[in-house]
Amino acid sequence: MNPRLTRNELLRRGAAGGALLAFPSILAACGGGDDGGSTDGGELKTVLNFANWPLYVDEDKPTTLDDFTSQTGIRVNYFPEINDNAEYFAKVQGPLSQGQGIDRDIFVFTDNSRFPGILVNEGWVQKLDKDLIPNFENLVDAQLSPPFDPNREYSLPWQSGMTGIAWNEDLTGPVESIEQLFEDPKLNGKVSMLTELADSVGLVMLANGDDPGSVSDDTFNAAIERVQAAVDSGQISRFTGNDFAQPLTNGTFAASVAWSGDIVQLLADNPKLKWAIPSDGGMIWTDNMLIPTGGSVPTASTYMNSVYDPAVAARIAAYVNYVTPVKGAKEELAKTDPETASNTLIFPDEETLAQVKQFDSAALENDEYITLWQGVLGQ
Amino acid sequence: MGSFFHRHPRLTPYLLLAPGLAWLALFFLIPLGFLAYQSLQSGVFPNFEFTWELSNFSDAISEYREQFFRSFLYAGIATVISLLLAYPLVYWIAFRSGHWRNLFLLAIVAPFFVTYLIRTLAWLNILADEGPVVGFLQTIHVLGEGEGLLFTTLAVVAGITYNFFPFMALPLYVSLEQIDPRLLEAAKDLYASPRQAFMRVTLPLSAPGIVAGTLLTFIPAAGDFINAELLGTPKQQMIGNVIQAKFLESLDYPTAASLSFVLMAFILVGLFVYAKLVGTERLTG
Repeated sequence: MNPRLTRNELLRRGAAGGALLAFPSILAACGGGDDGGSTDGGELKTVLNFANWPLYVDEDKPTTLDDFTSQTGIRVNYFPEINDNAEYFAKVQGPLSQGQGIDRDIFVFTDNSRFPGILVNEGWVQKLDKDLIPNFENLVDAQLSPPFDPNREYSLPWQSGMTGIAWNEDLTGPVESIEQLFEDPKLNGKVSMLTELADSVGLVMLANGDDPGSVSDDTFNAAIERVQAAVDSGQISRFTGNDFAQPLTNGTFAASVAWSGDIVQLLADNPKLKWAIPSDGGMIWTDNMLIPTGGSVPTASTYMNSVYDPAVAARIAAYVNYVTPVKGAKEELAKTDPETASNTLIFPDEETLAQVKQFDSAALENDEYITLWQGVLGQ
Repeated sequence: MGSFFHRHPRLTPYLLLAPGLAWLALFFLIPLGFLAYQSLQSGVFPNFEFTWELSNFSDAISEYREQFFRSFLYAGIATVISLLLAYPLVYWIAFRSGHWRNLFLLAIVAPFFVTYLIRTLAWLNILADEGPVVGFLQTIHVLGEGEGLLFTTLAVVAGITYNFFPFMALPLYVSLEQIDPRLLEAAKDLYASPRQAFMRVTLPLSAPGIVAGTLLTFIPAAGDFINAELLGTPKQQMIGNVIQAKFLESLDYPTAASLSFVLMAFILVGLFVYAKLVGTERLTG
């Protein structure tokens, strides 16, 4: 064996090695992971590990998390590590399916995805200790019985939000219907929709005069065809997650299907952005706190109780600009910040709530629907 | 340890190879086997069963023919453009840049100190409709009023080219840099024109660099999904996007696994054809 590698040879071997490593198959090497703790959730701990979406809790010092620590002695590690329901689910499902913890006591999933349902049905989340959550009575009536957890045994809402249409005033007048979004020639090529099936398909079903709360093959297909036609005509240029924000503010998009709270947050720096519930109606969804296998039920339940105190809920909602599921929060906020308390994007009134619908949870688990929607996304 | 190697000289190469082989087995062969096993399963998440579901493979090819084709097309174009851009650049660095050589090499690599995702996201601003590039191109009437660059095939291919450029440039540089200038002098002495000298001396001697560079660029580019995801539309989705969506969105692991295998098979076949075309002696130096 020649002990010396020529540079040439090194190059060649490097290329061969690179070729092997570059295969995407390595993606699949998931599963396993370290054990995040025992599956027995019986013990109260001094640290709470909380996984949530970015910019989804108040950050002005002292925060509600700081106050929780000074009241209970429980330190909160807040991990803003969830950017996408599917992506986060893919990350945690390996250990959870093996009965292992993920070193988190609370994580958050949106009810317009099928993941809360899977987590409950597969037994990958633990029951709340409702004795430790007397503030449960402050949960708004509309949220008492979601399809994935009819008795609220496993979950509590964190915040809700609405899906509607946002537009950039520099480029277009008001865009207040799906019809206009899909057909106005001035918007051609400057429209984005959300990749989330429930948000985008739901809005189009409403525009078709169909009920997104009870989906049939016919109504679903009609909505899909309408979106596909708008993609084919070049009207819709892209499907996005939170990343609609940058192109919408810099003028690459003129109008985007968007979440209410994001727009309220963006408005602070970009007054030219507008958001509205479409004339045919908008969608509403809720992010839910759940306790994964291995998480400490008493610690998590203690925290959940604290955020169901109307005063605490008011502070969080006022900061993140999403809809709070806690009764009395609006009245609490009105004492200190009447302007925010009267914002119907944060505290929707009866009239606003009458305009928004929740997506059919059974349809979210329909593989055929998911495949059809992926087809529209080009995948 | 030293005396051990002296006493067992035949074992030495194997012992030296062992960590590398263990690495390959642990992080490549075992996951690959697992992937093969998964690709033949059927069922609905999380209850997949091994059923020798060979139809996963035929479905993968027939349903996603378009995205496969697009992946190889985009990766191919990006590889050719990278080669055409990189060759003169690194030629100049290798032969003409003198003392500044390392600085120029560093300049090629410098953008890559920033993560892949951020680098690609930056193009969203650079190519934005209200941004400077589009504004300039509209002023000189290359782009019409209301035309843009972002979310087009051009943007995706440009993003791939940009992101994989160093994988082309660096191997090319290494092979050009080691060419003995005296060989070119000799060619000149033997009345070769500069063009002939290049075609008969420089180009053949840099062939291993070209081969290594094209492989290092083409193979990861064919599996890429970030550029199509961020800079493209549904009409530019590549096979990497489909695999990602099958794994993450649809939770259809068997189809995702079989798609990965089909991609791998296509690339391997491509490699063999390429090796035949350029001749194996070029691949092996």
